Amino acid sequence: MTRDEVLSFDDVALRLGDHDVLRGVTFSVGRGEVVGLLGRNGAGKTSLIRLATRHLSPGAGAVRLRGRRVDDMSRRDLARALATVPQDVHVPFSFLAGEVVLMGRMPHQGGFGFETPADLEIARDAMARVGVAGLADRPIDELSGGERQLVLFARALAQRPEWLLLDEPTAFLDLRHRMDVLEVVRRFAAAGGAALVVSHDFSLAARVCDRIVVLAEGRVLADGAPRDVLSPEVVEAGFGMAVHVLDAPDGRPVVVPRFDG
Amino acid sequence: MRHLTPTRFALTLALLGGLLVLVSIVALVVGPSGIGMAEVVAALVDAEGAGPGVDIVRGIRLPRVVVAALVGASLATSGVIFQALLRNPLADPFVLGVSGGAALGGIAVLAVGSAFGLGYGAVPVAAFAGCLVTTLLLYLIAGRGSRVSATGLLLTGVVFNAFASAAIVFMASLAGMLESGRIFVWLIGNLSSARVDLWPWLAGFLALGIACALPLARGLNALALGEQTAEQLGVSTERDKRLLVVATSLMVGAAVSAAGLVGFVGLIIPHLLRLVVGPDHRLLVPASALGGAAFLVVCDTLARTLLGGRELPVGAITALVGGPLFLYLLRRSSGRVFAGGAAEGAGR
Repeated sequence: MTRDEVLSFDDVALRLGDHDVLRGVTFSVGRGEVVGLLGRNGAGKTSLIRLATRHLSPGAGAVRLRGRRVDDMSRRDLARALATVPQDVHVPFSFLAGEVVLMGRMPHQGGFGFETPADLEIARDAMARVGVAGLADRPIDELSGGERQLVLFARALAQRPEWLLLDEPTAFLDLRHRMDVLEVVRRFAAAGGAALVVSHDFSLAARVCDRIVVLAEGRVLADGAPRDVLSPEVVEAGFGMAVHVLDAPDGRPVVVPRFDG
Repeated sequence: MRHLTPTRFALTLALLGGLLVLVSIVALVVGPSGIGMAEVVAALVDAEGAGPGVDIVRGIRLPRVVVAALVGASLATSGVIFQALLRNPLADPFVLGVSGGAALGGIAVLAVGSAFGLGYGAVPVAAFAGCLVTTLLLYLIAGRGSRVSATGLLLTGVVFNAFASAAIVFMASLAGMLESGRIFVWLIGNLSSARVDLWPWLAGFLALGIACALPLARGLNALALGEQTAEQLGVSTERDKRLLVVATSLMVGAAVSAAGLVGFVGLIIPHLLRLVVGPDHRLLVPASALGGAAFLVVCDTLARTLLGGRELPVGAITALVGGPLFLYLLRRSSGRVFAGGAAEGAGR
């Protein structure tokens, strides 16, 4: 992996109010990789994503995209390279789902931004990949939370980014749609993209991620292949919880809480 | 897949423009003086035309229709921009108290301005300042950081309106303006004594407001997905907000200086047009300008003619339409509206 093909967090520190959220976090996400980001609530997972999208600035260290500090990039350049799927969003107006997906084309459009046939094609393709092509003419504010999440995911794909940053992308989805989304993420990476996925689901993360990074106390507690990272010791240190790590029939680790007594 | 095409854009605006022309002609013809179509046409196109009917059209009705159209357009455009910025379909310069702030500024100059050497000409400037201060106060009080709670915002608007009305009446009584009834013009919104001389200001600020809002319209669309998502799509939300707050303040300030507190236009028109043309701000912003203009021309014609010889203030008509609509919108969307910006990303 060459240095110019990665999103890297280089010794990033962040203080919010009087709380040190991050105290020197270093890891990177390279092209072709799906990296899972695990950690307790408040461990700083979403903060890391906000640092990458320039919503927060690090107190020390830097977030770099192909070696360039994201803080030095224009919003538009950043929007062409990075796309995020936020946690749940309330949409106040009745945009149709298709119109929302088309908004993903904004960073690539000039002027007043009448959509070109190419924009429409890319939006249709993104909706088909996520399996929401049938929702194109439905108002976004009449969709279920899960459907809305899928449409926003299609919107991120329509942005044609190189890096996808997903903050609990599957929080409102049933198991079937969860696997569908993660399958799309896998294919996105296989086609040369890269993804950073914040999740609370160890077993699901173990299924789709090439690497897992565990955050604890504002630092990287573990970074490596799911098999190596998801040990009872790491999970107990990171989450303060005793667990069993079992083997699924396909050899991937499955994490279940341990109940004593 | 529905999307904005140049054809749909042009056709919609042409239809609304035609509607505005149509209602304006009706407004020129209708009235107690029994003026016919021929005189209206003569007044509009024939430079040589003369006679009492032509004089009435040129001297009285035409300026009034022009000011009504400009005030309506300014208020509706400001309304649609407020709604997009605050991510709330209930936002409106009147409901939020911004118009009240403008009126307070204007009245302050009328009541005590002479002591500081400020005359009639300073009224629009003071109204603009009142708008700007009120908008900034709204952000300060109701919004901590960039997240503006809808409940806090509307409550602040209600309280500020009550405060502004009281302050206006207080200052007016100090200045002995209560007896003259001129204060009434400010409080309810009236075009019968409109400041017709302000029309170049109205037109200029309206043009400026639309010129600011149109290039940012895609950004206003993205804002519906939340501020962070908009920024992640390349929108400079803070810069856009500052620019649009100033632009709307100029428009509302001019509108209030000319016609007083005409309420709810900024609520009714964007809501109706969203049902017809959809929520895309690239079309909704210019459509609201034309729709607001046509709407206020119609309301003012009704205000002039409904009671025969006596005139109603146009603000009474817009409020009679707008009040119930506001309640309907509130009821239909309660819960969703009040979830407002607060539903945006809670984790960290």
